[in-house]
Amino acid sequence: MLYREAGQFKTSYAADQQVFPIRQDRIGVAAALVVAFLVVPLVANQYWLSAILTPFLIFALATIGLNILTGYAGQLSLGTAAFMAVGAFAAYNFVLRVPDMPILLAFALAGVSAALIGIVFGLPSLRIKGFYLAVATLAAQFFVVWALTHFPWFSNYSTSGVISAQKMEILGFAFDTPVRKYLLALSIVAVLAIAAKNMVRSSVGRAWMAVRDMDVAAAVIGIRPLPTKLLAFAISSFYCGVAGALYAFAYLGTVEPEGFNLDLSFRILFMVIIGGVGSILGSFLGAAFIVLLPIFLNTMAPLLEHRLGLQLPAGLTSNLELIVFGSLIIFFLAVEPHGLARLWQIGKEKLRLWPFPH
Amino acid sequence: MKSVRQALLGVVLLGAAATVHAQNEQFIPMNGYWVGPYAPGGSGIFGGFIDYVNMINAREGGVNGVKLTYEKCETEYNNARGVECYERQKKKGPTGATMVHPLSTGITYSLIEKAAADKIPVVSIGYGRTDASDGRVFPYIFPLITNYWSQNTAKIKFIGAKEGGMDKLKGKKIVNIYHESAYGKETIPVLDAQAAKYGFTVTHIPVPHPGNEQGAQWLQVRQIKPDWVILRGWGVMNPVALKAAARAGFPREKIVGVWWSGAEEDTIPAGAAAKGYIAAGFNVAGTNFPVIAEIKKYIYAKGRGEMEDQTRIGSIYYNRGVVHGIVTVEAIRKAQEKYGKKALTGEQIRWGLENLSISDANLKALGAAGFMQPLKVSCLDHEGGGAVKFQQWDGNKWVVLTDWITPDRELVRPMIEQSAAAYAKEKNITPRDCSKES
Repeated sequence: MLYREAGQFKTSYAADQQVFPIRQDRIGVAAALVVAFLVVPLVANQYWLSAILTPFLIFALATIGLNILTGYAGQLSLGTAAFMAVGAFAAYNFVLRVPDMPILLAFALAGVSAALIGIVFGLPSLRIKGFYLAVATLAAQFFVVWALTHFPWFSNYSTSGVISAQKMEILGFAFDTPVRKYLLALSIVAVLAIAAKNMVRSSVGRAWMAVRDMDVAAAVIGIRPLPTKLLAFAISSFYCGVAGALYAFAYLGTVEPEGFNLDLSFRILFMVIIGGVGSILGSFLGAAFIVLLPIFLNTMAPLLEHRLGLQLPAGLTSNLELIVFGSLIIFFLAVEPHGLARLWQIGKEKLRLWPFPH
Repeated sequence: MKSVRQALLGVVLLGAAATVHAQNEQFIPMNGYWVGPYAPGGSGIFGGFIDYVNMINAREGGVNGVKLTYEKCETEYNNARGVECYERQKKKGPTGATMVHPLSTGITYSLIEKAAADKIPVVSIGYGRTDASDGRVFPYIFPLITNYWSQNTAKIKFIGAKEGGMDKLKGKKIVNIYHESAYGKETIPVLDAQAAKYGFTVTHIPVPHPGNEQGAQWLQVRQIKPDWVILRGWGVMNPVALKAAARAGFPREKIVGVWWSGAEEDTIPAGAAAKGYIAAGFNVAGTNFPVIAEIKKYIYAKGRGEMEDQTRIGSIYYNRGVVHGIVTVEAIRKAQEKYGKKALTGEQIRWGLENLSISDANLKALGAAGFMQPLKVSCLDHEGGGAVKFQQWDGNKWVVLTDWITPDRELVRPMIEQSAAAYAKEKNITPRDCSKES
């Protein structure tokens, strides 16, 4: 009843081609943005802003990056954390070495640096596919972390290899409190997410999907595989690079190369798989699931213990968390192998028929 | 639908139950790790720490009547989780977090600026950022008891003594096998400075995290044929290193480990390969201390206690946790002398930490004589001790070889001040004037 597109007539090409063709979706997205920009900063406390919402946004951005490559262009990658590391260290070095570097430009250049590295490691994708490509991108993962550790120039000769992000300022306005950092991350993520949503339905996105579904057929209809794949690597790495820069500047404040390890790459891949392969909304859902659920379980465990009057052995609660987390992943994948985004889509289909399903 | 509603109601009730707390309580976050490759260290240290805090509550009703409360948070030794735990715990209790023990060099680095802004002391006992020993630049960071650079100079002193004098170090070859992380890399500059001072050569060989494959590294050791190997490992890397050393035929009596490489959890898995291995330590193992007896009497005799495996009580890590407990409780006690016997804020506790002084007589009264070294912290010096003991694994237990060996302060202190000054310049911090602190 509420969610029905009946009566929404498109009278111009522009109206027919807009990002969200259904009016209710447009209202929904606008409402979500209003809540995120205006309500959340007023309501949320510092803990929520700096420890939950900001990392959620940053991981969502990295997940969009990987989703472009894996979900839309069909190239499996295990180097996501490495591209984030390139972004973080590049942003640090641009701000450090170029006088009066505007922070947003530094973030953009960080993305460009990551894109260049992504293109280099994407070259093998023309010849190798699937799991073999995953192994090739694994090389990116190890090489980048190795290079950042072994060439002290990258960390400005810091003895421990840790870099400490500089202050963020735009036109004299300092982004130093959790609310401001959250708003900065939100603005960047919102712009890039809408750009991604637009991109995947443009000719570029269609070419990616054609290559994903069958690259020989795509080549036959005139899509050149190498530039298409490399463009996917470049744009994916750009998103990951910006996410990495935000991870260092807006979230942790200090990062070491070792923090961008294979474990992080896998976590982002899980976000893509759980959220939904080939879906921008799924990237947000997946990031929320993987970032929030362990924290939720960790908060609930002691409360349950108090409530039930139990005193569990120290290691057990931590291990239980991992067990519950793992079981929930299996549960969601068993219920809906196409990810949380697919659940949402099914929900929308049902809403269209409600209250008279046939 | 009904079950969903019941579940939601349950969650709300749980939340409500947790927010009720008394006013006269001092909250200590226990942000540690009980899972993952570093769990033996995390569970042992936080086991001893929590047992000591509970013992103080049971025996004295807290510190001067202020009950100590705590909550655990699992960091998995992961920076992002560590920051989340810090943010979650910092406002808990009537006055917020007393102080944070991150138990990870990486997490300590991530908290340096956040903690200074929140006015919560970060106490990193035997790890963390070395140049934070300069309290003028880092008012809220306390790398207490001993830092990595001090420890490293004590290690070279020990090696020098074994060789028959510091002048005998000339021309010797030392290999530094380190965990490739912020923690592992921390001692490279001081080793290089010492190599230049005493005329030995040093080769740094990294081992990538987590360190369960070290064939290549020990092959390199075999080619270099060093006189001594310094093992700067952590977690699973240590037993693997000892086994690889045995396979490479390198004598374990010539391997000197840092304190994060010198616990039962590091040697027992290596079996016979660990025999003869030497490690530094700022606390000793054993249960023959009154403080451990008190914990057993007030906690374990009543069927409570953190350690499932009670044989771990008195192990290196467990006792290190007790050291964490002693330092925390004494800092609270010191701060109460100035601010009154009530729940105190992090800012007030910071004063207590900065003026903390634990003498030999205090240690005896605490039942910890010989258990740890006396401590005297000041505005200039946030380390407060600096000495280490060396102990050797005899196949079954750690045997203490030396008395407290003091570090080479003339070498370390200027390096700390120089490094801290560079940090202050980069971050635009004006160092405090210590003569104006009270």
